[in-house]
Amino acid sequence: MTQSTINTSEEYKYGFTTDIESIRAPKGLNEDVIKFISNIKKEPHWMLEWRLKAYSRLKNLKEPNWQKPKYPKIDYQDLYYYSAPKSSQNKPKSLDEVDPKLIETYNKLGISLKEQEKLSGVAVDAVFDSVSVATTFKDKLTEKGIIFCPISEAIQKHPDLVKKYIGSVIPITDHYFATLNSAVFTDGSFVYIPEGIRCPMELSTYFRINASETGQFERTLIIADKGSYVSYLEGCTAPMRDENQLHAANVELIALDDAEIKYSTIQNWYPGDEKGKGGIYNFVTKRGACRGKNSKISWTQVETGSAITWKYPSCILQGDNSVGEFYSVAITNNYQKADTGTKMIHLGKNTKSKIISKGISGGHGDNTYRGLVRISSKAHNSRNYTQCDSLLMGNKCGAHTVPYIENKNSSSNIEHEATTSKISEEQLFYCNQRGLNQEEAISLIVNGFCKEVLQQLPMEFAVEAQKLVGISLEGSVG
Amino acid sequence: MLDIKSLSASIDGKKILDGFDLKIKPGEVHAIMGPNGSGKSTLANVLTGKNGYEIEGQVFYEDKDLLNLPIEERAQKGLFMAFQYPLEIAGVNTNNFLKTSLNTIRKVRGLKELDSLDFLKLVKTKTKNLKIDEKILNRQLNVGFSGGEKKKNEILQMTILEPKLAILDETDSGLDIDALRIVSDGVNALRSKERSFLIITHYQRLLDYIKPDFVHVLVNGKIAKTGCGELAEELEKVGYERMEIGK
Repeated sequence: MTQSTINTSEEYKYGFTTDIESIRAPKGLNEDVIKFISNIKKEPHWMLEWRLKAYSRLKNLKEPNWQKPKYPKIDYQDLYYYSAPKSSQNKPKSLDEVDPKLIETYNKLGISLKEQEKLSGVAVDAVFDSVSVATTFKDKLTEKGIIFCPISEAIQKHPDLVKKYIGSVIPITDHYFATLNSAVFTDGSFVYIPEGIRCPMELSTYFRINASETGQFERTLIIADKGSYVSYLEGCTAPMRDENQLHAANVELIALDDAEIKYSTIQNWYPGDEKGKGGIYNFVTKRGACRGKNSKISWTQVETGSAITWKYPSCILQGDNSVGEFYSVAITNNYQKADTGTKMIHLGKNTKSKIISKGISGGHGDNTYRGLVRISSKAHNSRNYTQCDSLLMGNKCGAHTVPYIENKNSSSNIEHEATTSKISEEQLFYCNQRGLNQEEAISLIVNGFCKEVLQQLPMEFAVEAQKLVGISLEGSVG
Repeated sequence: MLDIKSLSASIDGKKILDGFDLKIKPGEVHAIMGPNGSGKSTLANVLTGKNGYEIEGQVFYEDKDLLNLPIEERAQKGLFMAFQYPLEIAGVNTNNFLKTSLNTIRKVRGLKELDSLDFLKLVKTKTKNLKIDEKILNRQLNVGFSGGEKKKNEILQMTILEPKLAILDETDSGLDIDALRIVSDGVNALRSKERSFLIITHYQRLLDYIKPDFVHVLVNGKIAKTGCGELAEELEKVGYERMEIGK
């Protein structure tokens, strides 16, 4: 199968398509397709059973419809659930065996897998459509006992760990998209940090949707054993296409006693054109469990892409003294829509959570912060601090804040602050008069607005994110 | 340097500048005085390129047509305005703003961009010379600044950006005597054979500290009278009303 390249423009520089032969599962969603996926991944029987259980559950579930951004009905039978570059059917054992075309694709995206291995000190797992194509730095990580590999490999090589933790944070019965993912997930990353180990480098997964009419359903599972630390980053891009493409990932994080996981996302899926045609539906379930005492999970997300972003990276604060954090920048320009936020579920004593959300809307963009803070009756002396700031550009965009607050413990405390502001013509004039053009001025103001969040990103990605924030808002002021 | 030829500007159909003429040569300091509503700020806005005005007439800046240039290009070519009401921009660090601005302008002028270290050195020297507390540099741009701090910040920006033509739009209004001295010392320190100033003010007070080469009285959108320093003093005594009658 070959695909033609849709014209790439300045605005979305990742919009190219790679002409690469791929293998696909037959179109549609049924038990045979699930068996096909499980079979091609050489999965053990229990995994297939687990998938089928999810599928049978899915048949009784309804797609949710309470979100603010509405979308046309998705025909789940009209999608491909598996697409993989043909050359990686027999998985390459080292980077030298990876199809040069794939390496080239990642080079175009600014991710040089070979360079990355030698220079930057960031270990990368690259996921192309439905399979992981390369993982760098394996040896160095293995020395420390760290497992960083495609989840399909982990299912074969580390079945005990996968079996124990998969679905333990997001159960297969959770909700429509999470259940769908459980049935048909294709690849993603698996990370295990052993007890007492501080992961010596950033771990990073780079997701790329290439094939058309294909849903991407990746699954990421990260386990930080007692006293360990890991910082993980995911980046995502897709070609420009007229159709909408579904991306429904599940990410599960587990932090045991005294462990810390820092999870950063730079989401730059194709947002659709300036009239709102095409773009990715980014319907993702991300949840972390602070299972052990003194554990900490911190989510940082910079959401600049996708036609619709609909996700709530959440923390379940089970362990006493555990800490959950959520730092978010969500940008909606042109006709992009976002309904995002977090859930902080306080179960243990002395648990703390912090939410910093920065929503920026330009053009006809529509941005909703939706967040739940729940403090259970046993979560004594718990604290939450929430700050939601919205920035509007022009007068055709929207910003909404929908906080849900439930406190069942009188010794606990919840704070919520919200502001809405607008970039004024006068402010832009002031910047212009100091020699900055419109784009530079907006980039400066917006970066100032979301500085608190961008500071949370690992150094290696902070600069990239700053640029992205500027670019995403080009043409946003009417 | 600047040649304004029969400039008219209207906003919402209302004529504010009406056949305004003015020539400024390199190194000259011109003061424009006038009653409220005479068009002083409009003149500054039209020269710097603010949107919203219907404009007729011509303005040449260094022999080039100024009115067709975008705002930022005018600034890059050395036109600076100290704002009457400097804008607050939350989240943007003053230092960072100034550095971005300076480096953008340096780039256009073909100079090397300053790195953080060199920039800080520069800023430290300038704040010290101007007797401005350098703490304002670490605050968000103009956010929570007192009126005086805002105006001092404008003068600091002017000093660092080294414009060819600086317009001061009622920079003196609302300043106490100490701040006024800092502002005028800043301007005087920048005076040179090449650099020109257009000082818009309501009161003669500022002109006690900055001695202009010319004083123009703006009435109903055009210059009613031009003189030297004494004209300002005369104005202060007689008032704008009488001056208008006298023309």
